Amino acid sequence: MTGDAHHLLPSATPVTLIGIDGHPVADSGRTFPSDADLRRALASLITARRLNDQAYALVRQGRLAVYPSSHGQEACQVAAAQVLDDGDWLFPTYRDTVAAVGRGVDPVEALTLLKGDWHCGWDPYEHRVAPHATPLATQLPHAVGVAHAARLRGEPTVVMALCGDGGTSEGDFHEALNFAAVLRAPVVFLIQNNEYAISVPLARQTAAPSLAYKGIGYGIPGERVDGNDVAALLTVLGEAVARARDGEGPQLVEAHTYRMQAHTNADDATRYRTDAEVEAWVERDPITRLTRHLDLPAAEMAAMADEAEQVAAHLRDGLNRDIEPDPARLFADVYATPTPQLREQQAQLADELAREGALG
Amino acid sequence: MTHEKLTMAQALNRALRDAMAEDDTVVVFGEDVGALGGVFRVTDGLTAEFGEDRCFDTPLAESGIVGVAVGMAMNGMRPVVEMQFDAFAYPAFEQIVSHVAKMRNRTRGRVALPMVIRIPYAGGIGGVEHHCDSSESYYAHTPGLHVVAPSTPGDAYTLLRESIASPDPVVFLEPKKLYWAKEEVQLTPVSSSGRAMEGRETEARLTPASSSGRAVEGHETEAHLTPASSSGRAVAGHEAEARLTPVSSIGRAVVRREGTDATLIAYGPSVPVALEAAEVADREGRSLQVVDLRSIVPFDDETVCAAVRSTGRAVVVAEASGFASVSSEIVARVTERCFHSLAAPIRRVSGFDIPYPPPKYEHLHLPGVDRILDAVDDLQWEES
Ligand SMILES: Cc1ncc(C[n+]2csc(CCOP(=O)(O)OP(=O)(O)O)c2C)c(N)n1
Ligand SMILES: [Mg+2]
Repeated sequence: MTGDAHHLLPSATPVTLIGIDGHPVADSGRTFPSDADLRRALASLITARRLNDQAYALVRQGRLAVYPSSHGQEACQVAAAQVLDDGDWLFPTYRDTVAAVGRGVDPVEALTLLKGDWHCGWDPYEHRVAPHATPLATQLPHAVGVAHAARLRGEPTVVMALCGDGGTSEGDFHEALNFAAVLRAPVVFLIQNNEYAISVPLARQTAAPSLAYKGIGYGIPGERVDGNDVAALLTVLGEAVARARDGEGPQLVEAHTYRMQAHTNADDATRYRTDAEVEAWVERDPITRLTRHLDLPAAEMAAMADEAEQVAAHLRDGLNRDIEPDPARLFADVYATPTPQLREQQAQLADELAREGALG
Repeated sequence: MTHEKLTMAQALNRALRDAMAEDDTVVVFGEDVGALGGVFRVTDGLTAEFGEDRCFDTPLAESGIVGVAVGMAMNGMRPVVEMQFDAFAYPAFEQIVSHVAKMRNRTRGRVALPMVIRIPYAGGIGGVEHHCDSSESYYAHTPGLHVVAPSTPGDAYTLLRESIASPDPVVFLEPKKLYWAKEEVQLTPVSSSGRAMEGRETEARLTPASSSGRAVEGHETEAHLTPASSSGRAVAGHEAEARLTPVSSIGRAVVRREGTDATLIAYGPSVPVALEAAEVADREGRSLQVVDLRSIVPFDDETVCAAVRSTGRAVVVAEASGFASVSSEIVARVTERCFHSLAAPIRRVSGFDIPYPPPKYEHLHLPGVDRILDAVDDLQWEES
């Protein structure tokens, strides 16, 4: 054990590779992602934004119960998905629909829960995306467990575990970091610091210089990255994933971003922040920035917009289909084999519905 | 005494304000309770009115919230903490079960914890997972905790005032689907004298439940609030206890509707459903009495058993899963006490023994009027 913690310290300012004006930042000292990677990221970002806005609209039309939008945070989620290999895992929160879609989850499946149909709409094993967690930070120890099991099984898996700034205050966050460090589990913890936990600003959440410092006490290196710069995210997260895969243990990355919309459509953000504060983040928009930087021909941009439009249409169609709840589903999958009591209750419900049907 | 038409959320807000105004050891904290006023606006305006020291947002950690409340209660304060939703109280479970519930016992009565844990609870609002749990059994099963659940704005006000004044910790369950229900509420006058005990005698009138004058003292309640000593130190435990008027809504069930054929026993979110079932039954020629527990712990055996004996038949209605639940406890204890008055076994209508289902399935799960009336039909009527 060494007393020197310097290698664990994050940089004083977040890593940025592309400035707001779209130009590369001079002397970043970091690897710049390839053009192909950036183009892929731009296409994903455009689709992600379209999905966020489509989902928001679907709430207004009553097709979704609620939607926690990641409008403005798409770069974090796109990069988190893009740096993973097929065999890796993603552990998302309720705000990370776009990251799950980035892993290949069908957007309609990704929003099944919020549509009110079932708790998790996708098969977690299919794309190696865990069911998204709503109880804050509770998914993080699971991520450590999956990573540790992979190591024991000799698999080269890395786990990307997502969490919000507010979630870092929960005990599970700290236990997960400590376990990961002690077990040297290949986990990358990505904190999307969007400045708010519902109404509570970061300043009330922590007195630390930055959330990236949360790793130090556990022996985990922390990095800070501009969460609206997808190039910086691809580099920082990509390198963190590579280190974890190489057996260097867990990594902590804090992405500085901003929640451009209310917590969910049910929230009234005017009660706790000013429009001016939100406006100030508009110029830092991740899509504008990357679009400026790549400066692609109009035809290529149009193709990306088309692709996004198709995904949005698919989402609309999927969510506009009405659900006919299957009563038997209520009792399925509570246990591997239903208890006698559940079978009795299922029969009771079937009987009620049959009598109702006979009346109607 | 003032009268106002208030929603349950507003009545709770008034209870907090009045308690904070009367006693400056009352402090409110939790997630988003400050500027936002809580996600259900129950703490709306409290920070503005009383300042950040009296109502404040905490870091996002339920175990921390409850644990810090324990310490504050040990040191002369009366914390009222908010868990944002039922299922988000679980990180605090260790603190609640191992410390909140046991402090008095572990210290041979030396350390009392006059604190309230407010929890918006239960379903019926189309909420997604983790926002609809009926978690009362966990708390009711833990000795040392009082557990209450109002079903009307009037009771919400009175029960919260009494919970804050209580020398024991109270788990205060607020049925989410009733937050917006409105009724005329009689508010306890706020003493102007401030700290003097004499000035704090308060009278809280509950919403009258029946006109027939059934023996339910809980109709009219007098609650004396616990004083804070002038030094601000914890007097909470012992002294306060002696001064609390024994007759209060905590521990008192109330008959919400008179009836002669069978008794529906309900609490919290199930009370309006039971009342609706009684209304429908009435049209079908059957007279159902409805008892609202209000308080799960302490449990009012006297009122509940008197009611059941008067009709000889009973159905317990509760949203929570039935297995090993508050509803099974009610059936057990009422059967033990009223066996010879019963014409039929007591029936239960509860949620199924499944995780709370998604919104589109909720209506199949929750006890509804038809399911209640089916159970009533099953109470062996042939001889009558
Ligand atoms: C254990 C727990 N407590 C409370 C909540 C209620 N809640 C949902 S989201 C949220 C804020 C989370 O903030 P943050 O972690 O910053 O994530 P963001 O919503 O900003 O993405 C709260 C308090 C919850 N989901 N889980
Ligand atoms: Mg946040």
